[in-house]
Amino acid sequence: MTTATVPLLEFDSLRVTLPLGGTQRTVIHRVDLALAAGSAVGLVGESGSGKSLTARSVLGLLPEGARIEGDVRFDGASVPAMRQAELRTLRSRHAAMVFQDPRTHINPLRTVGDFLTEALVSVRREPRAQAEAKVVALLREVHVADAERRMRQRPSELSGGLLQRVMIASALAVEPRLLLADEPTTALDVTTQAEVMAIIDEARENRGLTLLFITHDLALAAAVCDRIAVMYAGHLVEELPARRLVGDAAHRYTRALLASRPDPTVPDARLRAVDGRPLSAFEAGPGCPFAPRCAAAQELCHRERPEPRAVADGRAACHFPHAVDPQAVDLDAVDPHAADTERTAR
Amino acid sequence: MIWRFLARRTVALLATLLVASVVIYGGLFLAPGDPATLLVGGGKPPNPQLLAEIHRQYHLDDPFYAQYWRWLTGMLHGDAGQSLSYHDQVSHLITARIGTTALLIGYATVLIVLFGVSAGVVAGLRGGRTATAVTAATTTLMAVPTFVSAVLLIWLFAVRLNWLPAYGNGTGLADQLTHLTLPAIALAVSWLAYVAQVTRSAVDGEQRAEHVQTARSRGIPERLVVRKHILRNASGPILSVAGVAVAGLIAGCSVVEQTFGLNGVGALLIQSAAKQDLAVVQALALLTVVAFAVVNTLVDLATAALDHRVPVGGAA
Repeated sequence: MTTATVPLLEFDSLRVTLPLGGTQRTVIHRVDLALAAGSAVGLVGESGSGKSLTARSVLGLLPEGARIEGDVRFDGASVPAMRQAELRTLRSRHAAMVFQDPRTHINPLRTVGDFLTEALVSVRREPRAQAEAKVVALLREVHVADAERRMRQRPSELSGGLLQRVMIASALAVEPRLLLADEPTTALDVTTQAEVMAIIDEARENRGLTLLFITHDLALAAAVCDRIAVMYAGHLVEELPARRLVGDAAHRYTRALLASRPDPTVPDARLRAVDGRPLSAFEAGPGCPFAPRCAAAQELCHRERPEPRAVADGRAACHFPHAVDPQAVDLDAVDPHAADTERTAR
Repeated sequence: MIWRFLARRTVALLATLLVASVVIYGGLFLAPGDPATLLVGGGKPPNPQLLAEIHRQYHLDDPFYAQYWRWLTGMLHGDAGQSLSYHDQVSHLITARIGTTALLIGYATVLIVLFGVSAGVVAGLRGGRTATAVTAATTTLMAVPTFVSAVLLIWLFAVRLNWLPAYGNGTGLADQLTHLTLPAIALAVSWLAYVAQVTRSAVDGEQRAEHVQTARSRGIPERLVVRKHILRNASGPILSVAGVAVAGLIAGCSVVEQTFGLNGVGALLIQSAAKQDLAVVQALALLTVVAFAVVNTLVDLATAALDHRVPVGGAA
């Protein structure tokens, strides 16, 4: 893969502060990430790690009063510098977002057809009949049976999985180049999750979309994405190819996350949790944000914030990255603090 | 579906009116005082023979159910009985005055919708200082009783500034409207403030709603986001509270009509109550209940039309 051309989406030392409780608090400390056109990147992190806000910054959708340092560039153009009209063009033609909960993110009072055609009719001035034909075809593409009838229904008449497909169809309707999926399956039950993910994956393949997939599910991200980026307390701590995630994760936090996944093949296995409490971005001290929970942390880690550095074919912001050992497959054997993070499941 | 809803609401409405009619008639039947003394008049002790004659003529000694039945069947035939103090048909008294009252309520409704809703919408959309100012102003206005605002309005606009008349009905529509301006403001003001507050909070809530965020994320122009998502979705609660306001105006117009010397049914109610003119009070009380119930039914119908999630006929 060549990355010599301009990436479609690029976060350049992005830092975001929000006015909270009278002061300006940092919610994103530093995100550096580039998405080549056609690639799929999974942005993984716990709640509060800043992954959703990072995705929203792409569309200029940050809450009122947000201050941005660094830059977010879409196809070379700085998003924070865009005027309203340019932002509207970006949102209605180039980048579309699939939100977490379709039940609350789709206007409950209007019909599914209204929702699907709204951007086409009101922003792109397409004739209604043409827009309707287009979205009906799209509904079929995302495997919604009985598309014409669905168009006349209201959101409350559709199941969550069906509604999320409607949301995906509405995102695809504007023929974007970038799809931002903000935990698109979190509000759905497990079997529906797999279907919805398959639909997103299929649409990406067919259309050559670039995907930024926000999730807290490391395994899911690794399954559908080329590259994985891990966020912790407002920092992008590691970025690496998805297929190397399990073996080669260098950052201690990534490894702790991997170790905390339950293994369904071992019955009665104890669930492991990452020790300590997840940090909010604004609580991060001067050192590495993960240092208070890291078993391998040393004095330097508490004192000095690590810069992102190249590790193998990824990058990690860690003073003492885990040594890449191609032989090591069993995580427990290599994880230095797997033993003391064991907890009883029940 | 819609016809079943209408049928059910009509039955409920009739049942409400029947119960209300018993309560109204029974309440006044139990009220102390003898209406016959009113007819005799004067300060001297009434002649017992004359009183007995009046009682016989007006069936005042009949048992409750007989009197009630006579009254109810009369009402159903459009005959609300005779007024003892006005020496006239009650229906005639009401039809002569209902126009003024209807115009007053209509005027106040327009004021509420025009100024209450728009103040609420602006406050909800702009937020910040505008919202604080509107909330402070409306909270103050809500706390002012109608008779106080009426007196203040008369003092300022009629006495000090001499802009508007403070008394009487006027003749011709334009003159009538001029005469009704101060009464309509006095009547509307606290309801207007209430509607403004509910509107503000409904608009503010919708503005933060996630589906509005979705609309913005799709590049929908802000004016369309406001119209098709924020206002469209806030219209349900606004309409409900506006309906309550109109029903409240019906009850509130007595004080205003009396204060501004308007010859409407509200003032008639106060005057006949003071004179123990039972037939008039009963008819007007029943009329108020009818107006209340009809307004509420219409609002429910409109709310169901606005929001398909409201079960049609759910709360009949």
